Amino acid sequence: MTSWLFLAPVLFIHLLVVAVPSLSSLALCFTDWNGFGKINFVGFENFIELFDDRVFKKAVTHNLIWTGLFLTVPIALALLAAFLLTGVRRFQMFYRFVFFFPYILASIVNCLIWKYLFHPIHGLAAFFRDIGWESLATSPLTTKETSLYAVAFVDGWHFWGFLVVIYITAMYQVEESLYEAADIEGASKWQKFRYVTFPSIRPMFLFSFLIIIIWSVPAFDYVYILTSGGPAYSSEVVANFMYFEAFRNMNVGYASAVGALMFVYVFTILGFFWTLRKLGWEI
Amino acid sequence: MLFSQNKLKGALGNHVILMILALTIILPILILLFNSIKPDEEFGINPLGFPETVRLMNYYDAFMIGNYAKVMMNSLFLVTGTLIVCLSLSSMAAFSLAVLNPNGKATILIGIYLLVGLSIPAQLFILPLFIIWKNLHLNNTFIGLILIYSALNAPFAVFLIRSYMVQLPRELFEAAIVEGASTIQLFTKVALPLSWPVFLTTGLVVSLAVWNEFLFAVTFIHNEDFKPISSILFSFQNMRDENYALISAASIMMAAPLAVLFILFQRNFIAGLTSGGTKG
Repeated sequence: MTSWLFLAPVLFIHLLVVAVPSLSSLALCFTDWNGFGKINFVGFENFIELFDDRVFKKAVTHNLIWTGLFLTVPIALALLAAFLLTGVRRFQMFYRFVFFFPYILASIVNCLIWKYLFHPIHGLAAFFRDIGWESLATSPLTTKETSLYAVAFVDGWHFWGFLVVIYITAMYQVEESLYEAADIEGASKWQKFRYVTFPSIRPMFLFSFLIIIIWSVPAFDYVYILTSGGPAYSSEVVANFMYFEAFRNMNVGYASAVGALMFVYVFTILGFFWTLRKLGWEI
Repeated sequence: MLFSQNKLKGALGNHVILMILALTIILPILILLFNSIKPDEEFGINPLGFPETVRLMNYYDAFMIGNYAKVMMNSLFLVTGTLIVCLSLSSMAAFSLAVLNPNGKATILIGIYLLVGLSIPAQLFILPLFIIWKNLHLNNTFIGLILIYSALNAPFAVFLIRSYMVQLPRELFEAAIVEGASTIQLFTKVALPLSWPVFLTTGLVVSLAVWNEFLFAVTFIHNEDFKPISSILFSFQNMRDENYALISAASIMMAAPLAVLFILFQRNFIAGLTSGGTKG
């Protein structure tokens, strides 16, 4: 009984802040509520409308591209850096410090660093103009073709060092004798990575896969601060779309439907991984 | 001889690549530092380099225009408030799960509940939460945001503190019970004093999360008097879009306290922030 009394306060605030609003959202997504006024039940109308919404479809596509980008570029870079780090003694702590550093900086600070560098007049554009490379003197953030990638780049720039740290932790748990055996066999660096390091860190690797898929869904800060989804929705993502429906247009029902879809997606992914684990996959 | 030379060459190759990767992080941050001490007039002719004339007054200007004395206090207040609420409530829960009822069905159930809570995207609950907070008159208040931050950081804090408390020797608690200690005394006199290292780690990670938090800060605080540093910096850059001297100085002022903490407690930060991963 006393054990519950000690649990109660945390459960209370967590229920109040997360569970109750989440459940309300799951109920409100079947209504046309606008924040005040009457609540009408509209069934699946919000979802039908969403699947017909050009901007929403664009945002979903961008989220998928975003996930794909994060599953490849930062992972590859981090694997490379972590593997190289295990091969050096000197300055190892220095590199680790540097790689991890952007991860502790606020999203707004990271965005301001890159907003300056990617500015159409200042930053790198001014630099390229000075040395005569006019073609490079544009802003990737305000160009339709590149805006999404530029935003993802800034977010990835701040994130990949996190992966380095979790990979290197796993790499140091690999038995030294395995490397010694590989050395005796005359294995190359790549062979050692491919046949010793990688299989040993597979659980951590899959874990990073899972968190990237899940964390890509609510990606918001970098998009909102850097481009706000523009120009012309070229960097729109689902979280930003939902935010504007919710707090600009006060479309409670519609925005809740977006939130509900994000929730269903995340838990489908989690369920999928959980099932694989139950089936005896080493995850 | 040949072997050691080979090894040296290999390490040199590693260093070259690692240094290039490190520079992609160091240079942008260095440019931010340069910009923060560059006179505004110099941006046109010297976009990336070290300033020809150092102008430390940028910091003073940003401090005064952004009213940073007040803003820093707001953020500090949010961090302190969240630390007090979140850590005290989470440590109670962790104590309950680790010591009072370590193997109960409830423990597993609560564990699953908190894990699910951690994975829910904020977009699912932020709008109804906003409406509830409006009706409770908690919008635009510190306490409203502190409650949100405490709840959002609680699952992480509970897991981290619990994982430390389960390792405390059970004999200590049994001995205290024999001497007639009440449950509350077990918590305050035995569990808490012995777990202080985990509080340092948890506290640092929670402070970092609150200081840097953006989404809930811009959503729940609209009154300029209560805005924390992240949302002030956001409106600051919207207001003076072209004055990068001031914007950079303001950014450095936001990043500096955390950078200092990170240098001092690098191990704790990394252990805390990657704890989900290393236990995964």
